[in-house]
Amino acid sequence: MKRVKLATVWLDGCSGCHMSVLDMDAAIITLARKIDIVYGPLVDAQEFPDDVDVTLVEGAVSSQEDATKIQKVRQRTKTLIAMGDCAVTSNVPAMRNGVPVSQLLHTIYATSNGSKDVPGERLPQLLSHARPLHEFVKIDMHLPGCPPSSKLIVGVLSDLLDGKKPELAGKVKFG
Amino acid sequence: MPKKLQLRIDGEMVSALEGQTILQAARNSGKYIPTLCYLDGLTPVGGCRLCMVEVSGIDRLVPACTTPIQDGMSVSTTSAKLTRYRKIMLELLFIERNHICAVCVSNGHCELQAMASQMGITNVRFSYNYPKLSVDQSHSRYVLDHNRCILCTRCVRVCAELEGAHVWEVTSRGIHARVQSDLNQKWGESRGCTNCGKCVQACPTGALAEKGWAVEEMIKRNDNITVLAHRKGAGA
Repeated sequence: MKRVKLATVWLDGCSGCHMSVLDMDAAIITLARKIDIVYGPLVDAQEFPDDVDVTLVEGAVSSQEDATKIQKVRQRTKTLIAMGDCAVTSNVPAMRNGVPVSQLLHTIYATSNGSKDVPGERLPQLLSHARPLHEFVKIDMHLPGCPPSSKLIVGVLSDLLDGKKPELAGKVKFG
Repeated sequence: MPKKLQLRIDGEMVSALEGQTILQAARNSGKYIPTLCYLDGLTPVGGCRLCMVEVSGIDRLVPACTTPIQDGMSVSTTSAKLTRYRKIMLELLFIERNHICAVCVSNGHCELQAMASQMGITNVRFSYNYPKLSVDQSHSRYVLDHNRCILCTRCVRVCAELEGAHVWEVTSRGIHARVQSDLNQKWGESRGCTNCGKCVQACPTGALAEKGWAVEEMIKRNDNITVLAHRKGAGA
């Protein structure tokens, strides 16, 4: 049987969703027989592969780099899953959306940090708003939760491996 | 003694008293209709539009909480169309303000969050509004966070109808509408507020909360309000 290629992507989030993925304990043994993790913070690959079956994306789109990356991920992924509230609703990263970016950077780097100015071109350019993934690319499935439980993530991956459509109504919530 | 009327709800014949609403008739006969702004014991206002139902012979949807029953009426509480509209209503509530469940005192105990989960809403299809809204922490015991308010007006009604203080009111219109205390004074400076906390208990979200609770810790008891209201014979 051909092994399913799974990737995970970390945009503007706290990595809590990835922790939830890791938290699956022994279930990973069963899953590992059927999948290869081909990209993401948990593995070494530098470049997002061309033909990924399933990608779990954590985090909102907050910077120009995120926006470029999610387009590439979409082009190279069959089933794209928004994992967690930041990816689904923009959640906590969106709490800065009421503040203009220049003021935001100034407050964080200059005012509260005592340095003279804000870092320039070495940081990814922030977008004016952190926004959910589906405002940039087509998303095949949303897994809300902060984070979505490990059990939920395992359930969804197992269903997809079995060729079933995961049933989420009543099983998921924001927050 | 009010007259007994017969009506059909989802095909099933039920009887209810003249003057009762479709929602009351449905609940009394064990039928479920989703609601958010409705709180048993307070005057219904039909604000959230979640309880919209179809009535035979009427070519528009009607809110079950404010529509009185009629003899021979036939009501449908579920249909593909109703589900679609109810989901849209909920999604619009989510985009209107900044509902960040993950950092909310009411996370896990919120009626808006629970309703979205129950209806199988996994994401919101409309663009978020991200308004800049204030938080009134001036009261010694309670806090008002406009980011989490859905303008259900339960606080307005419970304060006016049960406490008799009428501290809360809605100011401005449309997207600018806000609940306000005492002619737009800070809540802490309100001379009408009796500090009873009924508004906090009635609030379906984390918009009104007691101070001192962290995320997920604010558990509300609006069943007490219903009990009190029925004892006083106030509202519906």
